[in-house]
Amino acid sequence: MLSFVIRRLGTMALTMLCLTMVVFFLINLEPNLKKLAISQTEMHTSAEQLESWLVNHGYRQNFFVRYGQWLGVVPKQPVTDPATGKPAQRFSFCNDPLVPTFAGVFQGDFGCSTKFKATVASKLFPALGATGILMFWVLVVMVPISLLIGILAGMREGSRTDRVLSVASIASTATPEYVSGVIFTVIFASWLGWLNGSAASASQGITFYNFTLPVMTLAIYGIGYIARMTRASMVEVMTQQYIRTARLKGLSFGSVVVKHALRNALIAPFTVIMLQFPWLLTGVVIVEVMFRYQGFGYTLVEAAGNNDIDLLLGCSLVSVFIVLITQLISDVGYAFLNPRIRVQ
Amino acid sequence: MPVQYISGFTIVLEVLSRFWPVWIALVIVMGASFAYKKKLALYGQLFDSGVGIVGVGICLFWLFTAIFAATISPFDPLAQIPIMKDVLPGAVEPKSGLTYLFGGDKLARDVFSRMVYGSQIVLIIAPAATGFALMVGITLGLPAGYYGGKIDTVLSFLANLVLAFPVILLFYLLVTPGIMDTPIPYGMAGVFFLFPIIFFSVLFWTRYKNRPDRLYILLGITLILGGWIYAGLVFDADPLKIVHIDPNQLNIFVAVVFASSPGVFRIVRGLVMDIKTRDYVAAAQTRGESPWYIMLWEILPNARGPLIVDACLRIGYTTILLGTLGYFGLGLAPESPDWGTAIKDASRLLRSFIHPALPPTIALMSFVLGLNLLADSLREQSMKD
Repeated sequence: MLSFVIRRLGTMALTMLCLTMVVFFLINLEPNLKKLAISQTEMHTSAEQLESWLVNHGYRQNFFVRYGQWLGVVPKQPVTDPATGKPAQRFSFCNDPLVPTFAGVFQGDFGCSTKFKATVASKLFPALGATGILMFWVLVVMVPISLLIGILAGMREGSRTDRVLSVASIASTATPEYVSGVIFTVIFASWLGWLNGSAASASQGITFYNFTLPVMTLAIYGIGYIARMTRASMVEVMTQQYIRTARLKGLSFGSVVVKHALRNALIAPFTVIMLQFPWLLTGVVIVEVMFRYQGFGYTLVEAAGNNDIDLLLGCSLVSVFIVLITQLISDVGYAFLNPRIRVQ
Repeated sequence: MPVQYISGFTIVLEVLSRFWPVWIALVIVMGASFAYKKKLALYGQLFDSGVGIVGVGICLFWLFTAIFAATISPFDPLAQIPIMKDVLPGAVEPKSGLTYLFGGDKLARDVFSRMVYGSQIVLIIAPAATGFALMVGITLGLPAGYYGGKIDTVLSFLANLVLAFPVILLFYLLVTPGIMDTPIPYGMAGVFFLFPIIFFSVLFWTRYKNRPDRLYILLGITLILGGWIYAGLVFDADPLKIVHIDPNQLNIFVAVVFASSPGVFRIVRGLVMDIKTRDYVAAAQTRGESPWYIMLWEILPNARGPLIVDACLRIGYTTILLGTLGYFGLGLAPESPDWGTAIKDASRLLRSFIHPALPPTIALMSFVLGLNLLADSLREQSMKD
């Protein structure tokens, strides 16, 4: 087990290295750098000035040197001020050092956001905290509801309850966040006026009024999927011999379901819930943009829209890390929950 | 001059009558399917369950809407008639006497016509992109599952690499106006569009190796047709100017294929690893058949059930992805009538007007729902055998 985890962690590190390199390459394509230079300098700058801005801020160094600097294996050089010839800070708002230092991801320095004029860390981590709160409530709503639907549907396969709940969960998987968000806003905010169509005020304090719509929108897409997986697993368990034995012993249907079936039927949904995190990540971006909630997704969109290189790299590092770590947890957790896997 | 309105009931009637070519086509196709359902194998079995009928019905509805879009929609989806700005559903356009059935949007365009035309974009890109993703996933997944070993390790690592990318980040990096100045989309298109040609060439070669009369014809058709489409799509150099794709759409297309082929790869690989232990594969190996013959003519036909179900779900998922792209304003032109862009435009103004938001959301939802129901009943039918 330990060697499995270590091997997986090794693959994970390699994957992250490859992915950040790809992201680094794509962000630093020539058109993107041009766009960044234009947005960072004043209006109507000539092509030479744009070029000199890029050179001055170190964007014209060798690709691998810059990637190494971002990682923290190559020392970051201060830029030379063209007017005085002395070393100067790359971005004054980030307190870049004036002597060559190792300051990269390995040292915990995520770089400098050109859009927000602040360090990436000061922008990214509060946003992650805000998204964490959103995710927490989404999971609190999503997991119990979807498990309940799945168990009720899978308990008696082919019954009327099963058919109704199955069609309902198929419908919910057909409703992406931007569709359910619009429909919920129309119903609950515009029409009934019960809830707030914007979660911008949720940064100051979360209330039922401003936070229900984002949570509902985000949860609805996942509920159907998890419920269907739970149903499939429940149906499979209910056909097992030991369930029939328990029924023939004279146990009531309810106690067979709760005591015998449930425990085995919930192993598969655990994996599914874990693997649902990467999907939630896309949903988070949509929901946060739609309801103007200042979290991770909002930051990602701002970073991508303004070609904020370091911030976008930080965001991709975080999201790739979340995807990979949930995969690992789901694999390890599955082996722990299911003794049959452990023996092999 | 004030704009005249028609009543709610008349709107419903008018909408229904606007779709007349769709109803006729639906009646013909559904009627024929019912009549010959015994002879139609898996497709015929769909008509045994209510879920299947609804699924097929919805999918066909949108298919015919896309085909007859020009007849159904009363207005040009891009035309702006200033007097009709933000009008409510049922407003009559004074000049032509035609009705803005679902109202007008903030740029005074007809919401109904835009919804109808939006189906064209979705129904062209989503199935085509899924088709290409299937080709790429099958061509790479077969050897990975069959041979295992190094080739499997490398391909699986690459597939996991793409899958670890959050989709939205991938699109923000790959679908930007700037990237069209670089050779990256064209390079990726060049690689992806090669796969169908390789797939069909190997398919025919392994089967008809010893029957040159059939082989040359089939290979010739594959290479000429494939090469023609390839030249048109990748280099925009179709000599007859029939095959042509907008650079923006090529970019979206490539990004969607790139995002969904690793998923197909994983499914195919898993299926192959399961099927290759069967007796008929061992029999073919003993006969001395070549590995590619076994993969394409023994294993693949037996993996078709799950693949068809997955393809249905994947078209739905691709539709959702296209909507996401539209919602973030990536790739598609800002005035494009596709559903995602329409939802984006309308959702910003929900506080004042809700009518432009509902038609595209319901259209997108119903189409994906139809595909999911179809996939579900296909899965159920194939489980019965």
